[in-house]
Amino acid sequence: MALFDTDELVLNMGPQHPSTHGVLRVVLRLDGERVVGSDVVIGYLHRGIEKLCEHRDYLQIVLLTDRMDYVSAATSNLGYCETVEKLMQIEVPPRARYIRTILAELQRIASHNLWLGTHAMDIGAMTVFLYNFRERELVLDLFEDYCGARLTYNAVRIGGLPLDIPAGWDQKVRAYCDLFESKIPEYEELLTHNRIWKERTQKIGVISAEDAIALGLSGPLLRGSGVPRDVRKDEPYAAYADFDFDVPIGTLGDTYDRYLVRVEEFRQSLRIIRQAIDGLPEGPILGKVPRLIKPPAGETYHAIESPKGEIGFFIASDGKSITPYRFRVRPPSFCNLQALPRLIKGHLVADVVALIGSIDIVVGEVDR
Amino acid sequence: MTDLFVVPLLQIVVVLNAVLVAVTYMVLLERKIIAWVQSRLGPMRVGPHGILQPIADALKLLLKEDITPIRADRWIFTLAPIISLVPALIAFAVIPFGGEATLFGHRVPLYIANVNVGLLYIVSITSIGVYGIILAGYSSNSKYPLLASLRASAQLISYEVAVTLMLVSVIVTTRTLSLVGIVEGQMRQHIWYVFIQPVAAVVLFIGGLAETNRTPFDLAEAEQELTGGFHTEYSGMRFAMFFLAEYANMIVVSAVMTTLFFGGWLSPFPNVAAAHFLWYIPGWIWFLLKTFVLLYVFIWIRATLPRYRYDQLMRLGWKVLIPVALVNLVVSAIVRVFL
Repeated sequence: MALFDTDELVLNMGPQHPSTHGVLRVVLRLDGERVVGSDVVIGYLHRGIEKLCEHRDYLQIVLLTDRMDYVSAATSNLGYCETVEKLMQIEVPPRARYIRTILAELQRIASHNLWLGTHAMDIGAMTVFLYNFRERELVLDLFEDYCGARLTYNAVRIGGLPLDIPAGWDQKVRAYCDLFESKIPEYEELLTHNRIWKERTQKIGVISAEDAIALGLSGPLLRGSGVPRDVRKDEPYAAYADFDFDVPIGTLGDTYDRYLVRVEEFRQSLRIIRQAIDGLPEGPILGKVPRLIKPPAGETYHAIESPKGEIGFFIASDGKSITPYRFRVRPPSFCNLQALPRLIKGHLVADVVALIGSIDIVVGEVDR
Repeated sequence: MTDLFVVPLLQIVVVLNAVLVAVTYMVLLERKIIAWVQSRLGPMRVGPHGILQPIADALKLLLKEDITPIRADRWIFTLAPIISLVPALIAFAVIPFGGEATLFGHRVPLYIANVNVGLLYIVSITSIGVYGIILAGYSSNSKYPLLASLRASAQLISYEVAVTLMLVSVIVTTRTLSLVGIVEGQMRQHIWYVFIQPVAAVVLFIGGLAETNRTPFDLAEAEQELTGGFHTEYSGMRFAMFFLAEYANMIVVSAVMTTLFFGGWLSPFPNVAAAHFLWYIPGWIWFLLKTFVLLYVFIWIRATLPRYRYDQLMRLGWKVLIPVALVNLVVSAIVRVFL
């Protein structure tokens, strides 16, 4: 008879836990503190958005896409609108495409700010969290100036944009770019060469390029493993084809690489924003869009690069109704989340929170 | 008669109250300093610049419902916060806040007791405090606290050996265990021991961080991982006792560090004639000032560093700190005998 009870300990992490970023539930099977197995339970924030979309007309759906990835609403708006434009073959005027790009990149910075803050917080560095929120606030101010909202923007319309940029906004964006560029070293000073940060992130949650592709990962998670896949570069949308930017990739595919990739994306986003502001063309902001949006019968899939990865929309239209016949989202958070059991296996409880943070999920998008 | 009972009793009352007030204001100070680091304001609502915040916090904690989980081990669950807090408070008994002062015609020592094994007393008393955490985690009968108490045990065995070894090499230098004697020794030798034992000072400070459960070694608390760790199931005043214990321990560690390495109540440069004007400032002010600087470092570290993982702390303890402590001990002994 064994001297001690050596059963596995089942630890229920979430749905209410400070580090599961919302209502994710992870059931961990532990041997001591080492994870021997895990089940990821999702669905606590399921609102049936995809089904709802099949009962709303095409304009109303923009609002629903706000509520999926609520820390990165503008990119969801953009992805959806471009899909409908592709389905209806609407030409978007260049000025609208440029402003869309600026919005999407600002959104990427805001989303990465939130990610870096919470990720560092999970590992215990709480100052980074507040520094990031300080700068995220500035992006939200810019969005507020543009469309009045700070979180769910509804900032893109099918065929263009609802609003032109307000007077002086481009100057504000320029000033923001300069300011933010000077703030990135503050994060890096606290983390990049910090011994504890490195020990907590290096060689933690390594995922090889083959595995990453096999699991269908995308975004910084995939690039961290060394795969230079970026929809902005590979299948340019909006105005990305006009701009010069690099796609940062990692080497090992560990948490530290993913961190470095995202920090570098801050800089690349600033680069894109500056180019877009400098080259902002004049002209209309809304293309030729029929009064009633009723796409012809057919189906299409279109993906863009959201801050979390590749967000794709599949829309099937029967050509008769003003609502989609079938609406389906490929949410990057959901697809990336399926790597979690693989990543945390064999690591400690402390690494589990680091890895949940490293994936960068928004449960609103996972569950939809 | 007065000297035997009344004076020590008064000393105890004064020190205990001063420590408790200091602890509550430590919390405010920490919130303020961290807020400044993070470009925030910190508490601003209660009183000017939040100066009365500790009182509001204390009231809130007193009035909160005191919950004991049904499946908890009642006795140990109640006992654990006490085991945590009491050692932190009675450790102050041997800490010399100053030399001697004249008060109403009496010569009053500014320490409660000058025990000739003062350092041993501190080591033994402060290690009892950790049992509070371990027992709290065990008695809560809940999984997160259980993991936290396991971590606390792992943490204990990794830093305690190094810390105690380091103290031995300090003793080799000081040649006494009495804390008052150590300060007087620094006066005689005209040098702060930090210049003789710099390695010991650093290792003891790291050990102090681990002992007080502070960042980067706040593994047993680990809010983001274990949702508060050992005190997950505690509420109200019992939770407050853990809180008080943590901050009281911080003050103890800083005070002991001050006494051992930074000359206790002595002014800087006690042997330089040009610095004699510093003598006009009373010793206890110097002591409090030095302790405060060390406390500031504690808070500063918390605002800056991420958290270690507990296996990394163990590795640090066993593979770095203990060998360093051993080498330091041997070198100290050689220097002591041959020089």
